[in-house]
Amino acid sequence: MHHVDNKSKTEIELGNYQSEARPHEYVEDLSQIESVDSGQWLNVGVDIAEQDRAGTFIQKDCSVIHSKSRQEGVEVMGISNALKKHDWLKDYLWKYISPEKDKFTEAAKTKPHEGYFIRSLPGAKIKQPVQSCLYIAQEGFSQNVHNVVIAEENSEMHIITGCSTSPHLVTGLHVGVSEIFVKKGATLHFTMIHDWGEQVNVRPRTAIHVEAGGVIVSNYISLRPVGSLQMAPTTYLDGEGAVGRFNSILVASADSYLDVGSTVHLNYPGTRAEIISRAITVGGTIIARGEMIGKVAGCKGHLECKGLLLRDGIMHAVPELVGHVPGVEMSHEAAVGKIDQREIEYLMARGLDEDEAVSTIVRGFLNVDIEGLPPGLAAEIDKAVTETQKDMM
Amino acid sequence: MLIIEELSVEVGGKPILNQINMEIPDGETHILFGPNGSGKTSLMMTIIGFSGYKVTHGKITFQGEDITYMPVHERARLGVGVSFQRPPTINGLKTKDLVALCARNKPVDVDSLADMLNFKGFLERDVNRNFSGGEIKRSELLQLMAQEPELVLLDEPESGVDLENIVLLGEVVNTLLERGVKQPRGILPHAHLKKRTKSALVITHTGHILDYITADRGQVLYNGNLCCSRNAREILKWIREYGYEECVRCTM
Repeated sequence: MHHVDNKSKTEIELGNYQSEARPHEYVEDLSQIESVDSGQWLNVGVDIAEQDRAGTFIQKDCSVIHSKSRQEGVEVMGISNALKKHDWLKDYLWKYISPEKDKFTEAAKTKPHEGYFIRSLPGAKIKQPVQSCLYIAQEGFSQNVHNVVIAEENSEMHIITGCSTSPHLVTGLHVGVSEIFVKKGATLHFTMIHDWGEQVNVRPRTAIHVEAGGVIVSNYISLRPVGSLQMAPTTYLDGEGAVGRFNSILVASADSYLDVGSTVHLNYPGTRAEIISRAITVGGTIIARGEMIGKVAGCKGHLECKGLLLRDGIMHAVPELVGHVPGVEMSHEAAVGKIDQREIEYLMARGLDEDEAVSTIVRGFLNVDIEGLPPGLAAEIDKAVTETQKDMM
Repeated sequence: MLIIEELSVEVGGKPILNQINMEIPDGETHILFGPNGSGKTSLMMTIIGFSGYKVTHGKITFQGEDITYMPVHERARLGVGVSFQRPPTINGLKTKDLVALCARNKPVDVDSLADMLNFKGFLERDVNRNFSGGEIKRSELLQLMAQEPELVLLDEPESGVDLENIVLLGEVVNTLLERGVKQPRGILPHAHLKKRTKSALVITHTGHILDYITADRGQVLYNGNLCCSRNAREILKWIREYGYEECVRCTM
């Protein structure tokens, strides 16, 4: 059995981090970015060549170093500029998350360091993804951002948001408050890829509000080591026929601690939700939570938590379904274990050696059909699987 | 091709096979009859080397090599191929990708192989996921077509297959074993027959598969003992007439 002391992972002292950071200059031309930084960004799906991107936002420590919309119908800027530009925006801040929620939201309120504002205008169909990157380079910095995303009525948008740290960084804290609004009939794909450091702690606090006929598809991918990560974005399906789909792919190497969940409130008839989580531990701890709360008849939800222990570690699946009235239809499927020996031997009977068989099965396990993943990410998943296997040996 | 000598096997501490002797020469197809629970599948699993089938005595020789304790993948690479009766589902692995893996470094045209088996519609699906009995058979044979083994072990190839597909299945098995009568142009049938080396061991308890493939010999496994070895159709007649219990009496 595996014993871990996760106290250092779950109890974070804000006083251990600096709330100030040296500002960085704005960079107009992204080709001027040093490759030591841009290489890290590429790992999380952010391409400085901006090929096939509708816009780009990059924040390094406390500074917005680049923000630009490259297409009609989409706004991309730092949150402080956005608040100056749009008087109404202040009403969106702290609407579904209270700053008093915990000490992290409080830090984001009292010591904010920018964050992004991304908005698709009513009816705009933004074909190419908007990319954003939140990056920590200063040792020991606590980066507290506040992000707002608005998909206006009947618009369509895909955001790829990558978070990472400088390769030299040892410790850091990332606090990200994100408020996402999907208006009537809008569709938002939101793909978040994390690549933090082995001792970096991460506390995203996210609320998603979806109106009638709106669709949110949220993908979360964390394949590389992270000190600790704890998040449980809450989604309110607040209109008839609103849909939420949440996929997460998690890999915990030794000493990584991931507590990742999704909570969905199904508040209107015809709302539908799906939470799918695939988690692999190779010595680390993963708590995969999923919670659905059905408040009206005619809502539908399915939750699927699957975890593989490839080596010692902890895999804790917590699927929860709460029905408030008859007529809610919710189900879940959870499984935790090792790879079935029969599957390995089946592939070996086709000539694959044991390593090849295991990596083929693991790759399949992580291969959730994710809509709109940037190409190259499949290669990243393969790379993570290979590294995971090295860890196993 | 395959020589089994005095093979005894235990599963979970319980003896399952008792002093089995069997020889399948190059190019021959043998049928293994036996009632449910007689140890037919266990024998096959032991030949391919799955864990859980513990050899307590005896020896398995394949192509002149002692494979009794060889890892599964080495046996497969030497040329042992298996069609499993209840293969596991592999989530997220597309059938076409597994077929390509089966071919290892050989070039393979997955689409045209799938066409032969009327299985093209399943290539994008996860391996064995929600496949019916008949679909599993076709998927297994498709993998074997890509793998091109020297010795094919088929576990109940006809069970769960509808009448329409059983003919197709028989044809594919004959192709796999180089027993098809139709030859590519330019090759004389008898020339082909001469160089035929592929062997097979086909497990059946109903014998229906004999209507579709030709066999050189039949054997009967009963309570872990190999009791009879003679013409396959003759054995089938006896079993149909008198049942397994009476049939094996002549040797016991």
